[in-house]
Amino acid sequence: MGTDGETELSADEIRDLGVIASTMIPADAGLGLPGAGDPAILADIVQSVGRDSRLIHEALAAISAKSNRGFADMDCDSREALIDAYHKTGGAAAAALGRVIASAYYRDDRVLLALGQEARAPFPKGHALEQGDWSLLDPVRKRAPFWRDDRAAVKDR
Amino acid sequence: MADNERVDVLIVGSGASGAAVAWSLAETRMRIVCLEQGDWVRSTDFPANGRDWEARRYTDFDISPNRRGRDTDYPVNDDNSPMKIANFNGVGGGTVIYTAHWPRMHPSDFRVKSLDGVADDWPIDYWTLEPFYEENDRMMGASGLAGDPGVPPRNPPMPPIPLGKTGARYAQAMNRLGWHWWPSDTSIATAPYEGRAACINLGHCTPGCAQGAKASTDITYWPLALRAGVELRTRCRVREITTNEQGMAAGAIYYDADGNERFQPAEVVVVACNGVGTPRLLLNSASARFPNGLANSSGLVGRNLMLHPWPIVSGYVDEPLDGGRGPITCLWSKEFYETDCARGFVRGYTLQFGRGTGPANQAIVGAAAGHLPWGRDHHRVFRELLDHRVNIGVACEDLPEEHNTVTLDPDLKDSHGIPAPRIDYALSDNTRRMMEHGIARAEEILTAAGASRLYCSRTVLNSPGHLLGTARMGNDPERSVVNAWGRCHDVRNLFIVDGSVWVTSGGVNPTSTIQAVALYIADQMKQRLATLFD
Repeated sequence: MGTDGETELSADEIRDLGVIASTMIPADAGLGLPGAGDPAILADIVQSVGRDSRLIHEALAAISAKSNRGFADMDCDSREALIDAYHKTGGAAAAALGRVIASAYYRDDRVLLALGQEARAPFPKGHALEQGDWSLLDPVRKRAPFWRDDRAAVKDR
Repeated sequence: MADNERVDVLIVGSGASGAAVAWSLAETRMRIVCLEQGDWVRSTDFPANGRDWEARRYTDFDISPNRRGRDTDYPVNDDNSPMKIANFNGVGGGTVIYTAHWPRMHPSDFRVKSLDGVADDWPIDYWTLEPFYEENDRMMGASGLAGDPGVPPRNPPMPPIPLGKTGARYAQAMNRLGWHWWPSDTSIATAPYEGRAACINLGHCTPGCAQGAKASTDITYWPLALRAGVELRTRCRVREITTNEQGMAAGAIYYDADGNERFQPAEVVVVACNGVGTPRLLLNSASARFPNGLANSSGLVGRNLMLHPWPIVSGYVDEPLDGGRGPITCLWSKEFYETDCARGFVRGYTLQFGRGTGPANQAIVGAAAGHLPWGRDHHRVFRELLDHRVNIGVACEDLPEEHNTVTLDPDLKDSHGIPAPRIDYALSDNTRRMMEHGIARAEEILTAAGASRLYCSRTVLNSPGHLLGTARMGNDPERSVVNAWGRCHDVRNLFIVDGSVWVTSGGVNPTSTIQAVALYIADQMKQRLATLFD
């Protein structure tokens, strides 16, 4: 409860965060997708930590401890296994780590365009939403009212 | 402490109910002042203006005041509750960040003791409120489709929001099951309305509407109330309501925008601070004459808190749907709303059908549910999830129970040193049975819609933010806080007009009913002006 104080990440923490982010969301050249450790995306992640800084510090420390300070030196399978295990047990800190990384990653132009999304804010252009087939409502329209009508009882009171 | 000039009516809170009462009373030409602890929110402030629109749902537009942490917010200790408190402190209050779902209560909701033998009947009925529902629909600008066999007749002034691909998918499933569905009523302008532009589908409406298509009282009631002469002071946080030697409300002590302590004397005080803020204020207004809190001779101020348990069942279908490109509100079903004791519980629930989310939120909810892996398989799975999500909320009626409370936290205080509220809330057995019934039906529907990877969030974090029942209305002063027209039994010039006065909660989003009740109380006040304190 309550908002957390914001403290900046150290250079070592930022380096670790980059490796962790690249593990969680790796680049995929075939899909034209950068990884979440891409310099521009990592910079956005670091800038976005904000009120989650205490939890991010906690997550980085936990992952560092689980890897005996050697996360970057582990092979890919081991890094993914560690992240997977931490995600399942790390509680609010693990959730915050995922939230901050995903929030920055999925607003990067390259990522959105590769997903077929428009790389822009929703306003002012908005989006199209098709009306849909209103004839689907026909069978419901034929149904008799089924809410409990108490008008007679209320009138008698 | 500086004293202000005396006013006829002091309203505390500018949200759903305070705005409606201010507008309604303005025609009396009384001098009316409203104190609001938050700011005006400009349309350019809303997240939809920027590329970080999804992330800001978790920062300065989070619906939890604890998470949002603006200097205009007050903290809430909700550690001892499976459901967390959501609100917004600013002009428009919770209407700034609600989903704009616009159902009304049903007639049976006001007569639960008579019809179902539980809780208490309201001292007023649906038909008394009906003209105020209609007035409010016009004022807020409701959209929807007449002819729904599941609810009493109503005629929203605008057509419903589109079905979209997502709505059509649900509708086909519901027709196969033979269950009721109908396009949801919303307070979203689907056509230009009273100076508001039509919805252009900016996505989930909760973090505010940059287009101004969603009705919030800062753009509906307040412009008219201000034009009619009501004064609205922002960044003014009320600490307590004081009383005079006759036991009448004398006015309110508050902190102004510069932090100065001031006193606003008034002939009538109207409290409109929601089901948590109102009992907090009354309990913080204890005095020698009212040692247990103001208007609390019944001991019921802060008791009977109702929060609307709201499980959400989600899944994924094999075709891309609307994703986050439209209002979250879509359809409702009243199939299981009215009591059927064969289901193993009394009362019922609305099923609310939602659209999906944007990419970042899809990643966040997918990972949280364990469906989206981190690592090399992330991209493949993400493409299966994005825009494929379907979800149904089960809007359960929780019955009033005195052990569900708002009290004053002994330690936690806001930035002015005012004791903060503490929430103690537990789900009843009846509610749990209702929730499980609704979850099972939602799973049937999603399965019929072709969804897989089903999962359920039984209590959704910080949702839905429906704060009800903590200063209930009734005819018996020993069993209620206010009378049938909102006047406190104990203090004859003190009125409560927000969701606190609810006797039971129904199984629907409350804003249209909160405002209908507020307009009804204001109308009663106007009709009784000559004898208001008798």
